[in-house]
Amino acid sequence: MSRTRFTRRLPAAAAAAGLALAVAACGGESSSSSDGTTVAAADQLKPNADLSKQSVQITVWDGYTPKELPQKAMEQLKIKNVQIQLHETNEVAMTKLTAPGDSGIDVAFVSGQYAQALNEQGLLEPMHHELIPNLANLYPEATQLSYDKGNKYSVPYTWGTTGICYRSDLVKSEPTSWNDLLKPPAWADKKVTMLATERWLALPALKSLGYSINTDKDEELEKAKELLVAQKPHLLRYDDTTFGDRLVSGEAVMAEAWDGWCPTTDPKGNIKFAVPKEGSDLWVDTMVIMKSSKNKEAAHALINYILSPEIHSWAAENINYKVPNKAAMEQVKIAKGSLLGTTPAELLAGEAAIDLGQASTKYTRLQQDVTAS
Amino acid sequence: MSRSRGRWLGAFVFLSPGLAYLVVLMLVPLALVFSYTVFQRGRFGGVVYEFTTENFERLFDPLYLSVLGDSLKIAAITTVAALLIGYPTAYLIAQLPRRWKTLALVAIVLPFWTNFIIRVYAWTILLSGPGLVNSALAKLGLGPFELLYNQGTIVAGLLYSYLPLMVLPLYAAIEKLDPQLREASANLGASGFTTFRKVTLPLTVPGVLTGSLFVFVPSFGNFVIPEMLGGNKSIMVGNLVRNQFLSARDWPFGATLSLALIAVLVVLLIVQAWAARRA
Repeated sequence: MSRTRFTRRLPAAAAAAGLALAVAACGGESSSSSDGTTVAAADQLKPNADLSKQSVQITVWDGYTPKELPQKAMEQLKIKNVQIQLHETNEVAMTKLTAPGDSGIDVAFVSGQYAQALNEQGLLEPMHHELIPNLANLYPEATQLSYDKGNKYSVPYTWGTTGICYRSDLVKSEPTSWNDLLKPPAWADKKVTMLATERWLALPALKSLGYSINTDKDEELEKAKELLVAQKPHLLRYDDTTFGDRLVSGEAVMAEAWDGWCPTTDPKGNIKFAVPKEGSDLWVDTMVIMKSSKNKEAAHALINYILSPEIHSWAAENINYKVPNKAAMEQVKIAKGSLLGTTPAELLAGEAAIDLGQASTKYTRLQQDVTAS
Repeated sequence: MSRSRGRWLGAFVFLSPGLAYLVVLMLVPLALVFSYTVFQRGRFGGVVYEFTTENFERLFDPLYLSVLGDSLKIAAITTVAALLIGYPTAYLIAQLPRRWKTLALVAIVLPFWTNFIIRVYAWTILLSGPGLVNSALAKLGLGPFELLYNQGTIVAGLLYSYLPLMVLPLYAAIEKLDPQLREASANLGASGFTTFRKVTLPLTVPGVLTGSLFVFVPSFGNFVIPEMLGGNKSIMVGNLVRNQFLSARDWPFGATLSLALIAVLVVLLIVQAWAARRA
């Protein structure tokens, strides 16, 4: 589980049809055209470049790609050298990638809203689709993610949603609404946990009130805060990392959880996952190529290789995350109870978390207000 | 003249490794922290070098003041409890025969040989709903009790973690006492309690102050225990600082909070030094 741990703490990005326009308006497209460089200044890449003269430096979460990926890529793609650096969180990756000077990173794994932010800063190389034929393996839905329609600057690697993970044998009625978590019935009192990370802490309250998870309106956040403060005495705790264990032990009966982290394949088969009727988010972790990279042909070749069913199915099989790759998912054996069977259409019902810029401090404040209350 | 210069030079040579250590690992980082406090948060974390006083204004926000007050309260309760438990313990150890004394001191220090996080985690296993304590109580027909995730558990965890830091300086102070002073007091007709109150306690005040500081300081800035034993339901200044750096990506405000933390601790150190000199 530890290998998935760091990723899931991260704000993950997402896409939703309803937000598509908003994102397009304030997101990547407008800023890339306003500075006029993002797309226009793209290097002319050579499809037949000699990869044996290029080295690729990747930054990624620990345990997120197959260990043998660098070795395999060097052997099969004839890239001179492939090296992996690790980051614990999106924030750490951003610090690395946005620092002045050349980070030396060619390919970075970050969540969608961070890819969007990097692109707005003009730091990303546009994806040269002719160098990534395996893009054809993606589900059509994965090419229309609202923060980056048409995969102009990012390629999705994994995706999922947030919901209620629960013990079907210990609940008196199956949870169907965020309110089951926010106002737990007496039998669940002090037996529910919530995610502690800012945006996800707010998510159930915002959704139950019918607001967007990307709201920056003070009055909406205030109402969400009131709901969360009222919920607090009925909580077991705020928990980003061990809620799965607590459900298995029976200490908790319901938990706000990321799908890949809900232990639905527990042998006893009592743990289930539900997306509440008010809706939830869709997060996406993506791969991007830095504009500063001097090895862009090799970087594209590597991303293309990762999109091959052989490599991409590894993530679903080993870290239990759904991958937006039809060819890869078709060859994954889906265990009983596993959430890997969720369809792209079901996932896309979720609302995308987008980069909020300075307004993100409002969520920090909300989290601090709730925990200090 | 030249002799005194030689002495200065010698002193400098011997002090320089220590000085270099202080400058590189303490003064420079401290200066960096200090310089961050007047700048603004970068959009993706980091620092934008534009002057602002906003970070200092935010310090006086009621929210942060209440967290500060809570932290002071929790650290103070922990310190007083550690003193109440630690003083008799240290006193008893000091009275033991030499062989037992060593053994008792080793027993006090022994927990430090295990990683701090593991020890705190062990508490969650002991105290959780289906944990050892509750299942033992259940056999007696009691409970289950909610033992975890409240401020009392935070105090208990801090007390457990830092009690040895109270006992050791107290032991050193009590051990140093000349037994003849107590004998003299007894010979002059003072009861055991009066002797303790008028001789032993005043003479061990420096130990009390040192021990209190040793417990108060790490308790005040702790963030692991509120998270693990408090279930993130109440936060202390340490959590606030950590959140600013790791989740809010607000380094300037995180630095300002750290500075406030350091300021509180420096005041305490001055008070301690002053009181120790008077004692």
